[in-house]
Amino acid sequence: MTTTELTKKDMLIESLNELDFSNEPQFAQDLRTNAKTALENLEFPTSKTEYWKYTRIGKIINKTYGIQHEVSDANIDISNYLIPELDANIVVLVNGFYRTDLSNIETKNGLKISSLKEAINSTDGFVKDHLGAIAKSEKEIFIALNTLCFTDGVYIDLDKNAIIEKPIHIINITNSNNLISNTRTIVKAHDNSAVKIIESFVNTQGEESFANNVSEFFLNPNSNVEYNKIQNKAGESYQVSTEQAYQRKDSNFTINTITLQGTLVRNNLNIEVHGEGCETNLNGIYLGKEKNHTDNHTIVDHLKPNCNSNEVYKGILDDNSVGVFNGKVFVRQDAQKTNAFQQNNNILLTDEAVINSKPELEIYADDVKCSHGSTIGQLDEEAIFYLQARGVSKRSAINMMITAFVKDALDNVSIPALKDYIDTKIDSRFGN
Amino acid sequence: MLSIKNLQASIEDKEILKGINLEIKAGEVHAIMGPNGSGKSTLSAVLAGREEYEVTGGEVSFNGEDLLELNPEDRAREGVFLAFQYPIEIPGVSNINFLKTAINETRAYHGKDSISAKDFLALVKEKSALVELDAKLASRSVNEGFSGGEKKRNEIFQMAMLEPKLAILDETDSGLDIDALRIVANGVNTLKSKDNATVVITHYQRLLDYIVPDFVHVLYNGRIVKTGGKELALELEEKGYDWIKEEVDAVS
Ligand SMILES: Nc1ncnc2c1ncn2[C@@H]1O[C@H](COP(=O)(O)OP(=O)(O)OP(=O)(O)O)[C@@H](O)[C@H]1O
Ligand SMILES: [Mg+2]
Repeated sequence: MTTTELTKKDMLIESLNELDFSNEPQFAQDLRTNAKTALENLEFPTSKTEYWKYTRIGKIINKTYGIQHEVSDANIDISNYLIPELDANIVVLVNGFYRTDLSNIETKNGLKISSLKEAINSTDGFVKDHLGAIAKSEKEIFIALNTLCFTDGVYIDLDKNAIIEKPIHIINITNSNNLISNTRTIVKAHDNSAVKIIESFVNTQGEESFANNVSEFFLNPNSNVEYNKIQNKAGESYQVSTEQAYQRKDSNFTINTITLQGTLVRNNLNIEVHGEGCETNLNGIYLGKEKNHTDNHTIVDHLKPNCNSNEVYKGILDDNSVGVFNGKVFVRQDAQKTNAFQQNNNILLTDEAVINSKPELEIYADDVKCSHGSTIGQLDEEAIFYLQARGVSKRSAINMMITAFVKDALDNVSIPALKDYIDTKIDSRFGN
Repeated sequence: MLSIKNLQASIEDKEILKGINLEIKAGEVHAIMGPNGSGKSTLSAVLAGREEYEVTGGEVSFNGEDLLELNPEDRAREGVFLAFQYPIEIPGVSNINFLKTAINETRAYHGKDSISAKDFLALVKEKSALVELDAKLASRSVNEGFSGGEKKRNEIFQMAMLEPKLAILDETDSGLDIDALRIVANGVNTLKSKDNATVVITHYQRLLDYIVPDFVHVLYNGRIVKTGGKELALELEEKGYDWIKEEVDAVS
């Protein structure tokens, strides 16, 4: 036989060839061409790829997926995905497409929320210059894949001094089985602006579907962005999600990653701190069940002096679930007076649950305060008995202990309704 | 109220309770004394339902129910309360919130509605005053950073909140200063009624001056080897345990 066998990657690219981006402006087409080249040079990670050491992606790539070619107008009841008591701008994405008809956005001075596709076609100057500027295709195969074939996403554009009180809630839905979808989001926070974003990743069907999401955050001086990511996909579902941020001086960036469920979830957070006086908070909780595999990889790169970064990730792993935490902090030579704090604590509820935790510090400056730590433990049986001996059911006792355990990882969720929502999710999972 | 017949229990294959017999009626106060390691805390833990201890024989009935069949929370809901010898700290779990859950789950168990927020607060105020527990302590994380004496007082506060039928106080007097001892004893006496019973485990006659027992039992080597009135405690205080040990060891 002389025909060469098609690799998984080739097959995936081939299936994505059906997507037509020929109407896009030249800069976008160039970006996609560049991504295709990058993709040709990159391979899917294996057990030998250090960055992916504990996460096998066979489940994702050994499948054939369908794709949705254009926006559909099928009605979807989004009421299940709304956060009770939350007054928010609602943006809905379905199977990779922006649904204007399902979204509900209040116009507000200084704030623009639109479909990314629309922003690209209107050749918004910012998008043209910044799309792919920090989420670079050459760096990572899933970024290349996303750049090659993202169908749509959200563009959030904050003017100078725009303080947006009302949170933006993006509901990112998968509602087909065996579907691959790629969304791309850009957040531009101009000088002195502030915004709070929630993005819920949910599915209605979405069995054996794969979502590959990339977001780029650009924080100008003295801006403040809080991004809350709620991952809650039921059934057999896969997600790789990449958040790439660029912080300029005195900016404040927070990501709270709440993984409630998902068969295979991989989060790549890459924060570049390019200005003095910045604060970076990366917090997360993950609640593994059944055979869920949750992998949080974070990188904070301190390039300038006088910045703080804080990282608290808490994992509760039940059944046969697996957790992976890898937090890397670089403190470059120039970044004197950096305070970097990193912590990962885990509770294993069964003997079968597994956690691989690796906090890492790489410090090239001498006047810094850095600490990191990681713990693995079980729930304190004596404490549970104490609570039971007062009349509290075992389930409630466990729930109380878990709620107490994850508490400080939620300290930077500043939207009360969201905090309540997360508490309710934990309660319904572990409580009565 | 409580009837213990030939109760045997072991931990890690080591037999600790070797046949305990004890009858407790409503309205009574029983004191259990005995040398260190004789099994007093083991007995209370077994009654409260601690799973580590394996019951290898005997029966316990509580108001006609087979106590050993119930899980720990249901024993508490039926009215058994154990004030721990070493109350543990539970960081992040609020003392007040957990008590509210405890009360409401107990009420639900008995088919009653939840307590209103207002009534609950009033109850907290009343009961914390009874044992003179600082309101700030009442609402902190369970025992977190409490002094030894504060932990003991918190146990009695919780008992007051839950109004048990049978309260087992495991060395609640140890670690208490003289004023605290009086306050705690006062609390216990105030809660005493003809419908409930109290078991006081102690090493010291002093507590029994305040909480006067109807019966004093000596637990030695996993058995109750002597029972008497309150004067037995005085005798033990004076003479120690050697004479009892000799009596027992002579027989066996
Ligand atoms: N978890 C355990 N593992 C092994 N041995 C135990 C355990 N708990 C209790 N024991 C043993 O059982 C025996 C009885 O202990 P227990 O705590 O009931 O004594 P006690 O009468 O309450 O003593 P003290 O007066 O010192 O409080 C002791 O020899 C103790 O070492
Ligand atoms: Mg003891």
